[in-house]
Amino acid sequence: MTTTQQGVEASGQAQTPVLHLVTCGSVDDGKSTLIGRLLAETDSVPIDQLEYARRTRRGGSTIPVGEIDFSLLTDGLEAEREQGITIDVAYRHMNLPNGRRVLIADAPGHEQYTRNMAVAASNGDVAVLLVDAARGVRPQTHRHLTVCALMGVTTVIVAVNKMDLVGYDQSVFEDLLASVRQTADRLQVGDISAIPLSAAAGDNVTAGSSRMPWYQGPTLLQALADWEPAAAAQDAPLRFPVQYVVRAAGNFRGYAGTVVSGEVTTGQSIVIADSGRTARVERIVSFDEDLPRAVTGQAVTLTLDHEVDVTRGDVICASGAAAVQPADRFAADLVWLAEEALAHGRSYLLVSGSRSVPATVTSVRHRLDVVSGHEHAARLLDMNDVGRVEIATDRPLPMDPYSVCRDTGGFLLVDRVTADTVAAGLTRHAMRRSFNVVPHDYEVNHQARTRLMGHAAKVAWLTGLPGSGKSTIADAAVRRLHAMGVHTYVLDGDNVRTGLNKDLGFTPEDRAENVRRVAEVARLMRDAGLVVLVALVSPHAADRRAAKALFGEGEFLEVFVDTPVEVCAERDPKGLYAKAAAGNLPNMTGRGQSYEVPEQADLVLSGTDDLDAVVERLIATVLAE
Amino acid sequence: MSARTVPYSAVLDELEAEAIHIYRETAAAFRNPVLLYSIGKDSSVLLHLALKAFAPAGLPFPVMHIDTTWKFREMIEFRDRRVRELGLDLRIATNAEAVAQGVTPFTHGTHEYTRIMKTVALREGIDRYGFDAAIGGARRDEERSRAKERVFSLREPGHRWEPRKQRPEFWRTANTTLAEGQSMRVFPLSNWTELDIWRYIEREQIQIPDLYFARPRPVVRRDGVLIMVDDDRFPLRDGEQPAMTSVRFRTLGCYPLTGAVQSTADTLADLIAEMEASNVSERAGRLIDGEGGGSMEAKKAEGYF
Repeated sequence: MTTTQQGVEASGQAQTPVLHLVTCGSVDDGKSTLIGRLLAETDSVPIDQLEYARRTRRGGSTIPVGEIDFSLLTDGLEAEREQGITIDVAYRHMNLPNGRRVLIADAPGHEQYTRNMAVAASNGDVAVLLVDAARGVRPQTHRHLTVCALMGVTTVIVAVNKMDLVGYDQSVFEDLLASVRQTADRLQVGDISAIPLSAAAGDNVTAGSSRMPWYQGPTLLQALADWEPAAAAQDAPLRFPVQYVVRAAGNFRGYAGTVVSGEVTTGQSIVIADSGRTARVERIVSFDEDLPRAVTGQAVTLTLDHEVDVTRGDVICASGAAAVQPADRFAADLVWLAEEALAHGRSYLLVSGSRSVPATVTSVRHRLDVVSGHEHAARLLDMNDVGRVEIATDRPLPMDPYSVCRDTGGFLLVDRVTADTVAAGLTRHAMRRSFNVVPHDYEVNHQARTRLMGHAAKVAWLTGLPGSGKSTIADAAVRRLHAMGVHTYVLDGDNVRTGLNKDLGFTPEDRAENVRRVAEVARLMRDAGLVVLVALVSPHAADRRAAKALFGEGEFLEVFVDTPVEVCAERDPKGLYAKAAAGNLPNMTGRGQSYEVPEQADLVLSGTDDLDAVVERLIATVLAE
Repeated sequence: MSARTVPYSAVLDELEAEAIHIYRETAAAFRNPVLLYSIGKDSSVLLHLALKAFAPAGLPFPVMHIDTTWKFREMIEFRDRRVRELGLDLRIATNAEAVAQGVTPFTHGTHEYTRIMKTVALREGIDRYGFDAAIGGARRDEERSRAKERVFSLREPGHRWEPRKQRPEFWRTANTTLAEGQSMRVFPLSNWTELDIWRYIEREQIQIPDLYFARPRPVVRRDGVLIMVDDDRFPLRDGEQPAMTSVRFRTLGCYPLTGAVQSTADTLADLIAEMEASNVSERAGRLIDGEGGGSMEAKKAEGYF
């Protein structure tokens, strides 16, 4: 019984026994038929499914019963069959004559599905990009090329389909190829080729064509069979993210994971990227036997020659210049996946390999037009948008540029409440600031100032609808506190917007930034030793959570000023409700935009109770130790 | 340019490494995972891969069998022997209430029987032990509707499978975060084919129940399907008489619902040769899938594996 060594040749290069293929193009381009034919003609489909494709016909089909409708072989979910379109990425396998396995990730081609395309391309070695010869190059062709290049697919085969409909005309093919090549050159796709074919008639799919004598190149199947992985993988730097710590009898302590880049050998000196600690690899353990080395793609367990603190999420690298330097600020490209737009300043969970840490998108630099390749100024990203952002993480992470390693350069952003994956990220570079900005520890600190002030510094964050009474309560409370000798300051939403935040509007993303800045200022004031009252609508729970995350236990009180919206509208001290009623204030909280009621506020004050009593409760809570 | 030949074993190596990676991620990321063990060939491979993933330590999670009480007797014997040999922590989930009410494959339609005895029992088992991730042996090649199944497949509260909530899967990076009430089904064999399973069993010399090999067994032919009469609970119709016939099984489940294949393949090599020659998808022999190509999807939405 031998083990994982068989995937490695004597030369040391991995064979890449599985070719990850991404297919892009729409149903209208004849993609289902093309894939169906490839599968059928390489014996990759069971006989009973072929029989099904001979007997079954869907409405509008012109293929005679008895012949195979290849498009039926690649059908997926019931819903899709009813609508006749593909709604998600489907995975299928195919066997090449040379024994290599092809795992096909089939992405739908409709405009709104950039995200599906990105998923399919994320593991891709080769992309087959379908273009309809009769319809020519369309915007989606550029989109597919852009997404492939973005996700790191370096080999693209353009399948120019339906050549039968253009009379197998060479000039149609040449014109089309020239146009695609232009885009590919701009995107620096390493290896692009094109094949004229007809999926329906069978030309140049698995068998050659006598109808296009002007074409001397390979069939699609031959092109896939000829593919070889780039030789560069050998010199790639070692990256071994630790997934799991194995403890067993005899004090065994091993670090289980997959070599995602480079190779590891016994005796090699390694460094734990996070801590900078070094050690040597003692054993490379597998179920069957110890191995002298492990290459990219192998799942093994490493033991080290001495006790070093290693936990899940740490990345083991070869010691030396090629080791990754942890950083906490990155420039990255995001593919936005969620229906809710990106808001900067909001805290997400960043998942990289086996590690997740809180992270904030601190700014959006630009949005990429995936058709033209132009970069546009943007403040947010919507679903299916691709854009360059800056990200700050709560702790330094060992992230590589995506071009160095997909596994340690790619990451997910996860919504902290719904747990949905909202974005896929591709690290471009760590930002110098994270190395150059080293906070100085001042001797006179927060604690020293607290002693001098004689009271604890705190932030009470009053949130509630416009007109709920936040400013009124803050005003009364701060007068009382001042009289008691407590050092205070009030950060009032409207007042801050006349200065520090006068560049911000009232869209959800501007509100997020408004909250972020106010929270940062409140933190500085807390450091200065003050009791800070914040009076800010702050309608979004996620923004308030991000604000709270800046403070230590007990330093931040979320105070919900709970006043029925009818009462607020009745009071309407600033005339906002009247304006909203007249249709002049589309982003008004409580009207055009919703207010997310705090679920676990530290204090709930009723805005309709007696003001003195309300202020009394607030002060008691603020001054409580 | 002529490409080098890739040996089958190299393909198996890559599939193995992928499965091990998924196992380790599952064991580390979830609070209380469980391996769903259904005794068949896929489960045997799944178990073998789990042993590999955590060696030299043992399995860091229990295994659970959904026992409908209508499994082949040999399956149960095999299960109990493997549990003893490997020292597994076995949990058994049975819909005891339905058994008491007399639900059998003969009293209820196949679909309803499966829902009651498998789907409901699975959900109850998961809930009873508080498992937040259940590892299963489903493969994408089994059925067309599975081509879009995720490796980490999310279940909403009530074990509901919601197509729109399924998470996009990038690289080897999995979002294993769960919101309140959610759980995960994990499929390490997603990218394996049936032939891969058999080739791997052959290479790794993995133990499987003898039912996969052709032996003379007492069978009746009913509605064109060969059914083995495994015990005296099988109600014979007028004129039905079990006849000893050389048969094997391609998949294992509840014996009254599992069609046998007439065959003389009594070794692994014969069996693989026979399968390569016939090239019929394996679910063709399973009665529970017989209700149209989309029926698996309908069952999945209800919480069937």
